[in-house]
Amino acid sequence: MKIIILGAGQVGSSLAENLVSEDNDITIVDTNTSQLRALQDRLDLRTVAGQASHPDILQNAGAQDADMIIAVTDSDETNLVACQIAYTLFHTPTKIARIRSMAYLSERDKLFTQDAFPIDVSISPEQIITDNIFRLIEHPGSLQVLDFADGQVQMVGVKAFYGGPLVGSELKAIREHIPNVETRVAAIYRRGHAIIPEGHTVIEADDEVFFIAATKDIRAVMSELRRIDTPYKRIMVVGGGNIGKRVAKSLEYNYNVKLIDHNLERSEEIANELDKTLVIHGDAADQELLQEEGIDKIDVFCALTNDDEANILSSMLAKRMGARKVMTLINRAAYVDLIQSGDIDIAISPQQATIGSLLTHIRRGDVVKVHSLRRGAAEAIEAIAHGEPSSSKVVGKSIEDIKLPPGTTIGAIVRGKDVIIVHHDTIIQSEDHVIMFLVDKKFIPVVERLFQVGITFI
Amino acid sequence: MQFFAIQRIIGLLLIIFSVTQLPPVIVSLIYDDGVLNSFLITFVVTVATGLVLWIPVSRSRKELRLRDGFIVVVAFWTVLGLFGSLPLILSEYITISITDAIFESISGLTTTGATVITNIDTLPKSILYYRQQLQWLGGMGIVVLAVAIMPMLGIGGMSLYRAETPGPMKDSKLTPRLTETAKALWYIYLTLTILCGLGYWFAGMSAFDAIAHSFATVSIGGFSTHNASMGFFIDKPLIEVTAIIFMFLSGINFALHFTSWRSRSIKAYLMDAEFQTYVSILLFAIIISTGYLFFKGQFATADQTILYSIFHVVSIGTTTGFTTQQYHLWPGFLPVMLLFLSFIGGCAGSTGGGMKVIRFLLLFKQGKREIMRVIHPNAVLSIKVGGKPLQPRVIESVWGFFSVYVATFSVMLLLLMFLGLDQVTAFSAVAACMNNLGPGLNEVGLNYASLDDGVKWILCFAMLLGRLEIFTLLVLLTPAFWRQ
Repeated sequence: MKIIILGAGQVGSSLAENLVSEDNDITIVDTNTSQLRALQDRLDLRTVAGQASHPDILQNAGAQDADMIIAVTDSDETNLVACQIAYTLFHTPTKIARIRSMAYLSERDKLFTQDAFPIDVSISPEQIITDNIFRLIEHPGSLQVLDFADGQVQMVGVKAFYGGPLVGSELKAIREHIPNVETRVAAIYRRGHAIIPEGHTVIEADDEVFFIAATKDIRAVMSELRRIDTPYKRIMVVGGGNIGKRVAKSLEYNYNVKLIDHNLERSEEIANELDKTLVIHGDAADQELLQEEGIDKIDVFCALTNDDEANILSSMLAKRMGARKVMTLINRAAYVDLIQSGDIDIAISPQQATIGSLLTHIRRGDVVKVHSLRRGAAEAIEAIAHGEPSSSKVVGKSIEDIKLPPGTTIGAIVRGKDVIIVHHDTIIQSEDHVIMFLVDKKFIPVVERLFQVGITFI
Repeated sequence: MQFFAIQRIIGLLLIIFSVTQLPPVIVSLIYDDGVLNSFLITFVVTVATGLVLWIPVSRSRKELRLRDGFIVVVAFWTVLGLFGSLPLILSEYITISITDAIFESISGLTTTGATVITNIDTLPKSILYYRQQLQWLGGMGIVVLAVAIMPMLGIGGMSLYRAETPGPMKDSKLTPRLTETAKALWYIYLTLTILCGLGYWFAGMSAFDAIAHSFATVSIGGFSTHNASMGFFIDKPLIEVTAIIFMFLSGINFALHFTSWRSRSIKAYLMDAEFQTYVSILLFAIIISTGYLFFKGQFATADQTILYSIFHVVSIGTTTGFTTQQYHLWPGFLPVMLLFLSFIGGCAGSTGGGMKVIRFLLLFKQGKREIMRVIHPNAVLSIKVGGKPLQPRVIESVWGFFSVYVATFSVMLLLLMFLGLDQVTAFSAVAACMNNLGPGLNEVGLNYASLDDGVKWILCFAMLLGRLEIFTLLVLLTPAFWRQ
């Protein structure tokens, strides 16, 4: 696929990195030439320097025969205009724009249409990360919570602990433990390596278990893997940027939220905007301040500034001082491996969260949801099966008959409103949403081909 | 200072005011009570004074400046208060001193409702009507001046709404043109009066009483045509219910009535933070007073306890001042609690008196914020009304108002005690006058007849201060205002 990426910022470059490895022709446009040179040295792609919304620059970048344009520059307006121009002048088929401002997003149904701004997909990284954090706080103890089929099904990653009833027993025992709950373990990571779960696989303490279940059953399954955490009440958010503010806003009515920001003006702005959150002006790495605000009683400490080092240090300090769980926003991939499994409970990578939603539109076949996991090595995919048994490689077949690539498991099917946790003999029908877990991303093309409809289907 | 322009306005005001002497003339003719002459004389004197003031400067094309607005607003109540006392002085049917007449007239125009007349039932009908009409005019003045004009001068409770558009009002001016706003408010005022009058009539009042009491109800005044106030109709509970409803409605910001009337929905009320507070305060007070009256067994039946409790809480809370019982003789803390309710008073932009609910709300929030500051020294806390943050300037002005209110209150309290009043009487008299409530406690529980002239003058000043929300009047007393 020929893809033009506008903007070589954090999202743009990590997106490029992901896409290049998947055999796409990438052209990346930015005004910052040194940034472009660094990218070109590292990755196999083409760069064009210039203003992303200018027609001549787009032409240079090859907009006339591009399959897709992804506008992820800093400015919402540039992104909007670039998509408009790509549509008007070059008839680019798919246009994706990052829109941050709520003012635009709240009118998205009317604005982002073919007659207004012809944007096929608008993504808002801040919102994605906010949702991510919200789900993690909703399910205490989870490391990762992924939504599928509009939230009907969730895939949750948890760390198994001693004391969980299922820890130390075989997977098939799960049915005896919780007979009324349907669930399926999609993958287990033991000391960083993936294990494909079989019925006789034994869950050990410290395993990272990814299981899939209907949203209402998540808690029951989690309680099998660890002593269930009491629900969170007190949340402390550090950083009043776009993400921090949104997180506080989404949580403030159900939780007791405190937000710390070091900029007085920004603090006042946020205090005016939020209703219940207690906004505190100060340095989150100030021991006295944390003590004063009762850090030892805080259930979740979220460091969400745009400074990785500050986030890491304040999180470690908070953990040391008694915060129950700490979540840290980390942009640099290298830091993520460095700190996870240490003092910091959950590291949130903005790129990974955002890329999932972009990948959804790049995948072939009718893929409606992609979650990128483990620094992009693994992926959880929701795809829709189409066609007739004669033309499709999945429809009409039972799970055990489908030729899945190694390391791939089908976890659940959503049929209309029903959530079906699959067994080896479950038969896939047309229009089913199939939720899969791929331990190794290199097999994605195989999966894509499975869900593409054969030539005979008209 | 545009003296010619001010003179022209005051002249015009008097000419218009003289017209209001004509309805009592008609009442006098209908009942043939012989007071005809005093109204006619007043009419002639007022119209003549008006013309004398107006004619020489009628061609002056000088425009009013913002600062002159203060004088006009103050003149409305002082000049009209003086001229309004004329019929009372001139009438031979009531023997009343000049001081008393002016007290009565100002009490009427400021919609206070404090009276010095002890034999109200025996007064000629036209005089009775005239007193009620004074309150109605005063109420109209408040609605038009307080909602339409005073915010432009940056004074009064409604100006708080101007700063940062909390609540449903995007601007202190409801319509783009001032005259349109005044007209719209006047229509609402008139509609409420008519509905209220009809309500009283259906509930069993005579036509005369219904009209008279509707005037005093909608203006949150509290004058009655009977010595026993609303207690005269004690055997008709429906009248009390009607009174409760219309006192409550008149205590609401008229701008809210306007917005909801124009949008044809009650959402504007429910969304308004001041309205919410107003309702909660009244409900809270009703629960306490009903509970306490039950506990003390003040009234024989439960219906009575509930009705009297609601009636008096709404009447005193909105600063109307109607009574059916001698509430100042109620047990325990209740009389004082009710008196304190009148400090909060009605909503800004209503005909009610007191400090206004919005100010109370802001003071409360400010107090809460200070407590939070002690607990979280580094917290950044903003004060919001209806979800919108307020400028520090607004909160400062509320504190300023509060401190001046308390200061002037204390000075007048001391003066009254110096003049020989006991503490309870002095305190309640100043409170009842400054909050434009009317009846106080102890000696002034029923009327103000027994007080000295000096005391009455001080209380006249208190009523004006309260009605003009203090700063409007105080600003005229500063040298800086008069300096060119």
